[in-house]
Amino acid sequence: MAIRNPLQFYREPLPGVDTAELQGKLIVIEGPDAVGRSTQIALLRQWLEQEGHAVLDTGMARSALAGKGIQMAKQGNTLGPITMTLFYTTDFADRLENEIIPALRAGFVVLIDRYIFSIMARAVARGEDRRWIEQVAGFALVPHAVYYLRTDVEHLVSRVVLGRGAFDYWESGMDLRFGPDMYESFVKYQARLIRALDSMVEPYGFAVIDAGQPIERIFRELQRHMSRLRLMRAPRRKPALQKVKA
Amino acid sequence: MHLFVPNRYRGKLIVVEGIDGSGKSTQISLLSHWLRSQGYAVAFSEWNSSPLVRQTTRRGKKKEMFTPTTFSLIHATDFADRMESYILPLVKSGAIVCADRYAYTAFARDVARGVSRRWVRNLYRFAIHPNLSFYFRVPLDVALGRILGGRDALKYYEAGMDLGLARDVEESFRIFQGRILDEYEAMIREVGFHVIDATLSIEEQQRNMRDIVIQELGESLKNGILHLPAGGEFNGHPKSIAVLS
Repeated sequence: MAIRNPLQFYREPLPGVDTAELQGKLIVIEGPDAVGRSTQIALLRQWLEQEGHAVLDTGMARSALAGKGIQMAKQGNTLGPITMTLFYTTDFADRLENEIIPALRAGFVVLIDRYIFSIMARAVARGEDRRWIEQVAGFALVPHAVYYLRTDVEHLVSRVVLGRGAFDYWESGMDLRFGPDMYESFVKYQARLIRALDSMVEPYGFAVIDAGQPIERIFRELQRHMSRLRLMRAPRRKPALQKVKA
Repeated sequence: MHLFVPNRYRGKLIVVEGIDGSGKSTQISLLSHWLRSQGYAVAFSEWNSSPLVRQTTRRGKKKEMFTPTTFSLIHATDFADRMESYILPLVKSGAIVCADRYAYTAFARDVARGVSRRWVRNLYRFAIHPNLSFYFRVPLDVALGRILGGRDALKYYEAGMDLGLARDVEESFRIFQGRILDEYEAMIREVGFHVIDATLSIEEQQRNMRDIVIQELGESLKNGILHLPAGGEFNGHPKSIAVLS
């Protein structure tokens, strides 16, 4: 038998979910905007699939229920911070119940680009009560691992300017206007986000990875971390053929 | 521990609660007309009416995509939008906001769906505390008679069909509303409802409501609430103060 390490909920069990059935692995990549998370997820996915694992990857605002609604709400100018927090939590819950949990049941490795921690960090950066959002998001499953791609604001700025060449309204926290222009607001807001994520490292057991390194080095570090999860032995017992609706 | 954020502003918040068919919408509508006729700035907010969230809710209902958790969360999102962009600014400005259903609806309905009581109470902790909350108490059969008699087919979630309580829609509705009623009854003391006997005539219920408003808010209505000066003129634009029709 494979080593069974049953997943648990943080605070509040979801109605109708038996965690003993969840055979897969739940891996989270966290980090601020533009830190390079999606690049790493693409590399990890490729690697894991080569190793014979079925992989589901998912990220914020991609739910069938609320993804579109969030995009539309962000185009307007009336989305308040509490509404935004709850809209993203709805999106997360929909993906958890309809994508992530079914994939875990089927024995997939689930790679998540930002989990509840980003929702929480954004709420805290906007001055909301941390305990409130921690309890709201308490129906989340405790992941097998959370890898926090950490860097400082200067590095983020250089990535945004060299990469995309422009600041994004929401990534700059312009809804609350932390500064007179997008650059200054970005610097202040992202510093708050990083502070909020840093404060979660210990209570939530993040593994911190220096995102200032070259892509290859980060990837190798992630691989080293993940090989400790014994992913390689688990699924051989019974290959998961069942396809899960993404 | 407070359920909500205390209302420290000039304006007031009055809410009505009760199961479907309890007659609460009729009563809050009559009350808001009366308050407006007294010259107060009165605004109205309905459950599940945020323009930002509406399409997502509609889509989820149409395609039957909701679980108890996402159903609860999307309604909280809708409520948050109304709170942040409508109710709170109006209460701050000194209006009387009348709400047809408030967080208590979620406390009753989401728990009847199997969501935890503690979790859903925390979810709405950002709401401002109403100055008055009326609960329209009505026996289940009376409410069902009013609902099932004169209206269109019951909707899927309204009848609690997602819970698989019964195959028959009406039967499911009956069981689901019964559960909601139990939750309302159990929270009367916790949340400090003013209970209105909803089997009385419409006129009697309205008289009771107005008596309670005068008794509880009478003095404070004289201070700070936006009010039309006698004669009805306000900077030549009396309508600028009557916030919503």
